[in-house]
Amino acid sequence: MLLPFFEWCENTVVGSAIRDSLWAFPVIEAVHLVGLCLLGGALLIVDLRLLGVGLTGRSISELSAQARPWLVGAVTLMVATGIPLFLSEAVKCYYNTSFWVKITTLPVALVFTFALRDRWARSPELDTSLRSRLIGAGSIALWLTVAAAGRWIGLSA
Amino acid sequence: MVLSILEWLEGTRWSIALLESIWVWPLVESTHVLTLGLFVGTTIMMDLRLLGVTFRQVPVSAFTGRMLPWTRVGFAIMTVTGLLLFYSNPVRYYTNVFFRLKVLVLAIAGFNAWFFHARAHRTVDEWGAEPTPPRAARIAGAVSIVGWTIVVISGRLIAYNWFDCDIQPQPDLINWAAGCVLGAE
Repeated sequence: MLLPFFEWCENTVVGSAIRDSLWAFPVIEAVHLVGLCLLGGALLIVDLRLLGVGLTGRSISELSAQARPWLVGAVTLMVATGIPLFLSEAVKCYYNTSFWVKITTLPVALVFTFALRDRWARSPELDTSLRSRLIGAGSIALWLTVAAAGRWIGLSA
Repeated sequence: MVLSILEWLEGTRWSIALLESIWVWPLVESTHVLTLGLFVGTTIMMDLRLLGVTFRQVPVSAFTGRMLPWTRVGFAIMTVTGLLLFYSNPVRYYTNVFFRLKVLVLAIAGFNAWFFHARAHRTVDEWGAEPTPPRAARIAGAVSIVGWTIVVISGRLIAYNWFDCDIQPQPDLINWAAGCVLGAE
C-alpha cells in the first residue's frame, strides 16, 4: 500500500539528483555522521547525569536547558541530511527491515526526549534517583536502537 | 617495507576470517560508528565549553574530571574497533587517500588534546570557572572541533573506492598521496 509513495519519493528531483551524483550520497552521509556525533554529545551529557554519573555537581535542569539548543540543532541536521539520503534509495528502504525499525523507533525517541525527558528534567527537585536512572537508561536505549538500526540499513541488502 | 609487512598481515588467517565474516565485521564496524556518539559527542561538548559557547557556568575542571573518563572509554572502543577494521584489510586502507588524511588529522587532533592538557589545563584552577576561557583553551577547543569533524568525514569516505590504486588512471597527486605502487599489479 505504501510502495507507490516510496516509489514517488525515489523519483523526486532530489532523490534522482543524489542517485545520479557520485559524490552527493557519500558527502551527505558523512555530514549525517557529524550530526550523530553532536546528537550523541547533547543527549549523553544529560543522560549520564540522570544516571548519576558525569557532571553530578550540576543540576539536571541546568544541564538539560543548556544542552537543548544543541540537541535541537543536532536533530535538525540529522533530519535535514537523513531525508535526502532516504529519497535517493526509498524503494530499497521499503524492503529493508532495519529502515522500518529505525523509522518507527525514531518518533518514540523524539517524543520521549522532547515531551517527557525534557519536562521531567525541568523540575528542579529531580536529582539522581531510581526514577532519573530509568529516564537516562531509557533515553540511551531508545536512541541506541535508532542509531544501530540506521547503521544497519546500509549493511543489510 | 611498510607495504610488505601489511601484505603479510593481510594474508594472516584471522585477517582473512575477519574480512570475510558475515556478522563480525559488520558488528565491529557498527560499534566503531555508534561509539562516535560517545567519543566525538562528549569531546564536542567539552570543546564548546572551552570556546565559552555553552555550559558557561560549569567549571572546565568538572568537564575534565567528570566527562573526560567517558570520552576515554569512547576512545578506547574506537581504537580497538578501528585497529580491528584496519587489520581486516590493511593494504587497502594504507593506500587509501581518505584513510591517510584521517590518520594525519587524527594525529593533529591527538597532539592538540595532549598539548592542551600539558599546558593550558595545568592552570585550570585559575581560569576554569570563568564563562569564557583564555585564548589558548579556546584555540584548543576550536582545533578539536574542526579536527574531529574532518576525521569523521574522511573516515566515512574510506568506504568509497574512487581513488583506489587498482582503479587507474588517477591524477598523479592522488597516486602520490595514496602511495600507489604502479605497474606492480
